[in-house]
Amino acid sequence: MTLQNDTPFTIAGRNFSSRLLVGTGKYKDFDETGAAIAESGAEIVTFAVRRTNLGQEAGPNLLDVISPSRYTLLPNTAGCYTAKDAVRTCRLARELLDGHKLVKLEVLGDETTLYPNVVETLKAAETLLADGFDVMVYTSDDPIVARELEAMGCCAIMPLGSLIGSGHGIQNPHNVRLIVEQSSVPVLVDAGIGTASDAAMAMELGCDGVLLNTAIAHAREPLRMARAMKSAVEAGRDAFLAGRMPRRQTADPSSPFAGRING
Amino acid sequence: MHIQLNGEPYTLEAGLTAADLIDQLALTGRRVAVEINEEIVPRSQLATTRLAEDDQVEVVHAIGGG
Repeated sequence: MTLQNDTPFTIAGRNFSSRLLVGTGKYKDFDETGAAIAESGAEIVTFAVRRTNLGQEAGPNLLDVISPSRYTLLPNTAGCYTAKDAVRTCRLARELLDGHKLVKLEVLGDETTLYPNVVETLKAAETLLADGFDVMVYTSDDPIVARELEAMGCCAIMPLGSLIGSGHGIQNPHNVRLIVEQSSVPVLVDAGIGTASDAAMAMELGCDGVLLNTAIAHAREPLRMARAMKSAVEAGRDAFLAGRMPRRQTADPSSPFAGRING
Repeated sequence: MHIQLNGEPYTLEAGLTAADLIDQLALTGRRVAVEINEEIVPRSQLATTRLAEDDQVEVVHAIGGG
């Protein structure tokens, strides 16, 4: 007996073997960033675009640590609260990466929740898609909004598990499953993953991948958590493909009743 | 000449190009992207793009984020 290989994980026409995507924020230094990302096995790595610090010595650059030749880079629009700012940020990122088209769109509602502003997200997606970007979109776990974003042409739908950086896991697994079941493009849980079991749960729900940052960067040992996340995503994916056993109300012995010495 | 650079007032000689500004900021050869008045200036056009009074200039780079 042999196991069949999984189908490839495809984003915007490119195949990837890792279904774990990671961010580059909140690490102690670039050494830790590079080591944790390598340990996670991630192939797609997200980063932010910000003003350069004027009047300061330019230190090492993040893109020296996560080299565009080794990783598929995913510039994000974190910190944008309007469609206009998100579109400008994506265009700057495209220039920064010499014509790179893949972006992670997120337009946020307020600083307390960082909850997606869906109205602005839809506006930004429309402009970016018309401008030729491949848009992976961070959104609420609302299946109707997810369907709309897919219909517009977004290449991946990324509902939150819970608030960004909260570590509260997947608060509404039923909605995530609804989104997975209706979608033809990859669905990734983005935000809220706190520990390995949360990442496994996302995959067991049938998600195509998981995007996380703080769960690794703010673990006591980021490198070990990076490895745990890699294993969790693989285990969760296999469990989903394998199909879980049915739940029962009563016990069902694993050892046969027949042939017991007291029978 | 006065411009707004990354949201702050900045004074420089008149007639300079975007490439001259990047040079003054010691960012030549660094991976940055430049926007003037909300329009991207492609890297290939930095040397031929002259800055004007009151231009709003943004110079950005990649940093850690999730």
